[in-house]
Amino acid sequence: MNRRKLITTGLAAAAGASGFAIAGGLAKRYGLIPPDAAGPYGPGETLNYAAQRILTRHSMAREFPQSEISNPPFANGKPPKLEAYRKLQAGDFADWKLAVDGMVARPATFSIAELKSQPSRSQITHLACEEGWSYIAKWTGVPLSHVLDAVGILPQAKYVVYFSIDPEWWDSIDMADALHPQTLVAYSMNDGELPPGNGGPLRLRVPRQLGYKNVKYITRLTVTDNLKTFGQGLGSVSPEGGYAWYAGI
Amino acid sequence: MCFLLLLVSGVEIVISHPRFYWGETGNANMPYLFKLPIPASRVLVPTGYGYVLEDQNGWGRYLHFQTAWVAVFTGLLYVIFSFFSGHLRDNLLPRRADRSWRAFWSAIAGHLRFERLSADEAWSYNLLQRLTYLIVIFVLFPLVIWTGLAMSPAFVSAFPLTVTILGGQQSARTIHFFVSIFLFLFLLVHIVMICVAGFKNRMRAMITGRAGTEKELA
Repeated sequence: MNRRKLITTGLAAAAGASGFAIAGGLAKRYGLIPPDAAGPYGPGETLNYAAQRILTRHSMAREFPQSEISNPPFANGKPPKLEAYRKLQAGDFADWKLAVDGMVARPATFSIAELKSQPSRSQITHLACEEGWSYIAKWTGVPLSHVLDAVGILPQAKYVVYFSIDPEWWDSIDMADALHPQTLVAYSMNDGELPPGNGGPLRLRVPRQLGYKNVKYITRLTVTDNLKTFGQGLGSVSPEGGYAWYAGI
Repeated sequence: MCFLLLLVSGVEIVISHPRFYWGETGNANMPYLFKLPIPASRVLVPTGYGYVLEDQNGWGRYLHFQTAWVAVFTGLLYVIFSFFSGHLRDNLLPRRADRSWRAFWSAIAGHLRFERLSADEAWSYNLLQRLTYLIVIFVLFPLVIWTGLAMSPAFVSAFPLTVTILGGQQSARTIHFFVSIFLFLFLLVHIVMICVAGFKNRMRAMITGRAGTEKELA
């Protein structure tokens, strides 16, 4: 290797390293680093999240005509075998509560009836699972942005964490997804009650992300600026079980 | 290397749901286009097997996407480099004299008769190699990336046409599967040919750019 080659290689390496450092700094500043960015798959995960966040901040998930709704409907899994769930189901979910707390001006609790009395949105969207299957259904619910407006989120809020009645299932989304008009607190599917197999009585619908981000049986929303204090600090149970936090891909 | 990792992780992902469909949707309640004769890693997939494999989809997906990034960056570098270095013009695009159907058929006929290559051809790629490389680089690779992205719910929200012209997300998944198989076959044949042509000599040629001595080539 001659001297010129050595210098060129050195300069290229330095440029590359500083390029990475600058990109990393910018990504951090604009909130493009996912909570599961550590570990061997962190670089790929960060690129997925950052690239998609830049491309899709305001994009709308595809909506379909009525004729595209999957028939027969598909339900993946059965409702949780929890005593608490069974009791609420026996009472037709009249006592089901959704608590909203954390970085909000007015923490509140909503019953299903109260949610149904709020302005609703219906959309026919695709739900795809990371496993490979998918279906199309009509979903009706309150836009999450509306619920967040009602409780008044604080300006430093960065994420919304949501919890299922199943203590082993919780997840979180960033504000771009939380305030997205198609993100629903859904209580109805295909114009009927939301069936227990599909998450009834209440599930989060995030149509721009895969099935597992659409947590079923939700009972609590927490607004936060720091995911480190939840579970193992990776943003949801998914990375704890080996799955990506961001599921837009 | 990237390719093998993508293949292994891709296989892991397919094992979650080894059934393929056409159109927008596909699930266990729907008729399938075809299914692979393997058990699945999920209870709810009717495979006909009495047991369920272990779920390896988490790291499978992480690894698949991370490797895809590396492969795409490497591929872009290669394509840009081939444009500017003349590799594309000199070694990939068919020679001027070969740009006719007659040349194409005579090359195929020559191969089928196992004719020896001319000395000139031994130094670069022959017509059929060139066409294969062009198809792999400019058709199969772009197609596998495109169909991969067309399965991403966030990506298609920004670029819906990328999935609708394929006929839907499940169609994209099925095409992705077949293109991957073609790429795998290409890699397999490619490696076999390298071994036949002399593994040490070819590897040295690929990495250092020197083809070896006349004696070795003879």
